[in-house]
Amino acid sequence: MPFIPHTADDIARMLQVIGAQSIDDLFDEIPSALKTAALPGVPPGLSEMEVARLLTERALRDGRPLNFIGAGAYEHHIPAPVWAIASRGEFYSAYTPYQSEASQGTLQLIYEYQSMMCALTAMEVSNASLYDGASALAEACLMAVRANRGCESRRILLPRTVNPTYCQVARNITCNQQIEIEAVNFDRREGRVTLRALQAYEGQDFAALVVQQPDFFGNLEEVDQLTDWAHANKMLVIAVVNPTALALLKPPGEWGGLAGGTRGADIVCGEGQPLGVSLASGGPYFGFMATRMPYVRQMPGRIVGGTLDIEGRPGFSLTLQAREQHIRRSKATSNICTNQGLMVTAATIYMALLGAAGLKRVAAASAQRTAELVRALCQIGGVSEVFDAPRFHEAVLKLDRPVAPVLAALAERGISGGLDLCASYPELGHALLVCATETKTDADIDAYARALADIMPPARDGRGAI
Amino acid sequence: MSKIPGDLHYTRSHEWVRRLPSGQVEVGITDHAQEALGDLVFVEVPQVSRRLVAGEACAVVESVKAASDVYSPVSGQIAASNDDLAQRPELLNSDPYGAGWLMRVVPDASAAAGPWLTPAEYAQFLEEAG
Repeated sequence: MPFIPHTADDIARMLQVIGAQSIDDLFDEIPSALKTAALPGVPPGLSEMEVARLLTERALRDGRPLNFIGAGAYEHHIPAPVWAIASRGEFYSAYTPYQSEASQGTLQLIYEYQSMMCALTAMEVSNASLYDGASALAEACLMAVRANRGCESRRILLPRTVNPTYCQVARNITCNQQIEIEAVNFDRREGRVTLRALQAYEGQDFAALVVQQPDFFGNLEEVDQLTDWAHANKMLVIAVVNPTALALLKPPGEWGGLAGGTRGADIVCGEGQPLGVSLASGGPYFGFMATRMPYVRQMPGRIVGGTLDIEGRPGFSLTLQAREQHIRRSKATSNICTNQGLMVTAATIYMALLGAAGLKRVAAASAQRTAELVRALCQIGGVSEVFDAPRFHEAVLKLDRPVAPVLAALAERGISGGLDLCASYPELGHALLVCATETKTDADIDAYARALADIMPPARDGRGAI
Repeated sequence: MSKIPGDLHYTRSHEWVRRLPSGQVEVGITDHAQEALGDLVFVEVPQVSRRLVAGEACAVVESVKAASDVYSPVSGQIAASNDDLAQRPELLNSDPYGAGWLMRVVPDASAAAGPWLTPAEYAQFLEEAG
């Protein structure tokens, strides 16, 4: 659907029809005391040429480091057709058009996206996407409190193995809605949530347990046990998952049910960036969310449904909108969510190009590369792996000295060596979270290992400098 | 003209209240309300044993156009909810004062009866609202 801006003549004619002198007249309801002519601290606009130059210069300053950081955003190869197609004029728009009569192509694409996400997660219904993974978790917490009608509290169990940024955002968004978030500790040896840690909450009134798979440390949680425990304690299960990993792992819709309890997570959410969206600080990325049909009316966001038109031909339209903000206002399921249409377009093309087999190859290669990276780095004196648990494509390493100076020295050699965990997990000591995806070659891993060995010479007593 | 049975009490937010011999009160939405909402596609009734304060939103009726709250006309505890509405929300359109009832409440001993409208007052209220 084409977007045609108004000409000065169009605007003049429209103003004339409604009897206004200027566009500013349309805002005369706002008291003049509240209006500001200039925003302090915001510089004047730049031309396209000036902006292009400024951003190119800043990008050059960053360089093109060899990247081994994951921690929620992952560097995967994006086949060239993904953005060649996504940036076509039919798709490329700042706004997602939803009118059925004008937007069948866009609506069909979102419907295909939702179908793919349902297949990937083994859930019954997906929405059209949310802002990002962190706010998707916050929305999932709000949704769980609405959906778990047997629960009288507004409390959520949130393990510390969930991405700390997600936890912060979830707390931020939910704290003014009288929702209490209880942090659950992890097992220090395994880097996972254990039933032992959950025992303290047995029989208590919580709306949901959050389970991140793989967890923030890259470890695979015992999702079946955790799901069954939550359901036995009348909690919903909110799964936070990496979509790439789902190509290899049991989908959340099939978690649990070992002892005859309800099978599957109740709400699934996560960050969609690994599916064809480039790394960028601040995004745009996209969040995804899926659930089971009994909870569909509590799910925030747009949902596209398949339908028949008046002549019986198949078509697509938004559905279940009665609880959205343009109708329910302050009582809507959410007033801070939208669909990330363009990112979803790229993800849908990415998934369609790779197919199930291709996505599985990406996931398997990433897990393999990380295993090789960990093996190479742990041969260096003073480097060891922290946790003893199966993992996907990230791992926590322990260094014999503070992490920050080591990362700074690696950066000087053009290597982004990982994420320093000391601020979020001080109890882990000098801990470094590393990641390798299918984009890393033997030579890349070797380059990292050699640089690290060089930076961390063994101390004379053989124990390394502390 | 919508139906306003003479043996019920009414609220300005378009709920009706029936006093049952057991002392419980039965609550639903009026013929006028169901007509204004249009074809209902989903009804969410409150959980049995939930405590309510008069005026609190306690049920949601959803048509293809909008989801609207139903407010409790009385303080008390839910004794029963009409579970048939989950499968057959259209009962609320076809029989709002009978098979389309929403919930039965055990009113708190201290709960005042009202301020509810009489049938005549509700009819006048609808007329004035145009």
